[in-house]
Amino acid sequence: MSGHSNYPEWIYVAVVIALMAWVGAEAWEAERLVEHIPEGAEVIKVTAQQWFWTFEHEDGTKEIGELHVEVGKAYKFEIRSKDVIHSFNIHDYVVLMDAVPGRVNTVWFAPDAVGVHDIQCREYCGLIHYNMRGTLYVEEPSS
Amino acid sequence: MVLELQKPRPIWQIMFSTHHTDIGLLYLISSLAFLFLGGSLALAIRIELFLPNIEGTGQIIADSMTFNRIFTVHGTTLIFLFIIPFASAVGNYFVPIMVRYKDMAYPKLNAIAFWMIPPAAVLVWLGFADFTWYAQPPYSIISAPGPAADMWIFGLKILGVSSVLGAINFVITILKCKHPDMSIGQVPLLAWSFLATSVIIIVAIPTFAAALLMLLTDRLGVSGFFNPAMGGDPIAYSHLFWFTFHPEVYVLVLPAIGMMYEIIPRFSRKPIYSYNSGVFAFVMLALVAFSSWGHHMFATGMSFTEKTVFMVGTLAAVPASAMHVFNFIATMWNGRIKFATPMMWAVGGIALFFAAGAGGVVNTAMPLDFSTHDSYWVVGHFHLFVMGTIAFASIGMVYYMFPYVTGRMYNETAGKIHFFLSFVGTILVFFTQHVLGLYGMPRRVFDYPPIPEWIAMNQIASVGAMIIGVSMAIFLVNMIYSSGKGQLANTEDPFGLGGKYYYPFEAKNPHH
Repeated sequence: MSGHSNYPEWIYVAVVIALMAWVGAEAWEAERLVEHIPEGAEVIKVTAQQWFWTFEHEDGTKEIGELHVEVGKAYKFEIRSKDVIHSFNIHDYVVLMDAVPGRVNTVWFAPDAVGVHDIQCREYCGLIHYNMRGTLYVEEPSS
Repeated sequence: MVLELQKPRPIWQIMFSTHHTDIGLLYLISSLAFLFLGGSLALAIRIELFLPNIEGTGQIIADSMTFNRIFTVHGTTLIFLFIIPFASAVGNYFVPIMVRYKDMAYPKLNAIAFWMIPPAAVLVWLGFADFTWYAQPPYSIISAPGPAADMWIFGLKILGVSSVLGAINFVITILKCKHPDMSIGQVPLLAWSFLATSVIIIVAIPTFAAALLMLLTDRLGVSGFFNPAMGGDPIAYSHLFWFTFHPEVYVLVLPAIGMMYEIIPRFSRKPIYSYNSGVFAFVMLALVAFSSWGHHMFATGMSFTEKTVFMVGTLAAVPASAMHVFNFIATMWNGRIKFATPMMWAVGGIALFFAAGAGGVVNTAMPLDFSTHDSYWVVGHFHLFVMGTIAFASIGMVYYMFPYVTGRMYNETAGKIHFFLSFVGTILVFFTQHVLGLYGMPRRVFDYPPIPEWIAMNQIASVGAMIIGVSMAIFLVNMIYSSGKGQLANTEDPFGLGGKYYYPFEAKNPHH
């Protein structure tokens, strides 16, 4: 086709492949750590429906639209949906998992500071999707 | 190719023609019309999001249902009625000439494939469905109002058949009808992009066609494939959908890259740096297109292994895409570049293609996906592809083809202003949306809480969208005015590049 040599392109492609391998390896390692749910994490059952969130703690207390947790403890969310697909999202803690009817998805987090954070739905679920919001209160341990 | 403005024919002669340039003209005009229609819906979205709704102020669109319908039809229109038909327009004009054949392989099939688009467009626009462009069940089964949803399903069904018919035609034209003296290794890269694209369409579309039928019967209540209340699985739909529509991303982007391969060597006055690496990268992309659909579904509760497989499959697309970028830059290197309007659009498109690809690497890196998924980051990311790369290459191609289609030149100054405004606007809208996503704003929201950062970034994005809107108005006026009153073009060499590297456009196929 042409008289020039192609070796700069080979070097370039090799560099790109090496970069992608590095990104993939780092992502794999990080995700492996992130997905490891610590033992003894307290279970919170999250139920999504059009267009609000219900939370049920291990001791049976239920909350709607608000979630109170204690700082320094690990929590495991078991996420269900009653109607269509929603997505449970606490963006400040990078908690994101779809609520799929017929399935139970799990995700965990351990809040490390006292504070108030937004909970929102991140999967289109209809009319009031934009306002399917809640509030997370991270509080000092009560005792 | 010269349009009938100089030698008028009755319009029905063009409408009932099966000649490839006539079909190309029909595709061209209708796809550009849908570019403007779909784009005006985008402006409506951006105007609504300029301000959050605080006690009744800042709300322009009456209710969220209208808003949801607007973004659904916006996406459906621009993907299925602008980008894909526009590629068919370019393919119809160029592919038969590039393979030195008198027409497409099946001219009547070609006409049928085009004439399936208007009824489909009517269904989508009169229905105005609200379930987003991927119609995720169970929302689309139990919640989405009919008949809009059903009309959308039928519309998409027709568009899918039209795509497959067009793809069959391109494959046969390129492989079977090319001149006997021409080996497959001499077919220009633009035609290669259509070959790769068409193969992807033929493999991918039937899956979605099946899923659409299942979705329809689910909506009618006679089946429960995707309805958990009847024992179905909505995630099965996601797999079927993305098995078609991740490859579809390459269906959209490969012709755009092919158009850049047509424009960049011409205006650099150099042959393409490496034809072989261009072909190799097209074939690679057509293969790896099928290895990455699951990266849209990381947050549906996929296992670690599944996510890893799809992440690797996604990263595999990066080297091949990077080869195209390298090829473009190496072609321009040391070239005597003439920055006429088509070249500016092509080069701007490459820059934004690179930015879009870099964002894609972030999306697929598993832990980071959970930060960006379904947020405005994703909106910014894929718009850098569909607007920044594909629409930029396509608009460059419109300017490039303009003298051949109309016999006249467009206004060069207006074309450059169009480019600069669009480029600045695109960066303002879509780079800002990346950041907005990192701040946590979900996509597909009618309204948002008055968080100061969100308001500021939404306003930057809306201003950018208005700038794009102004530039597109300039484009429209330029096209209409110049096709009637523009300077007569020198069709041997309308851009004054010197004939040496110029494709023989004077090769015309007679009407039959």
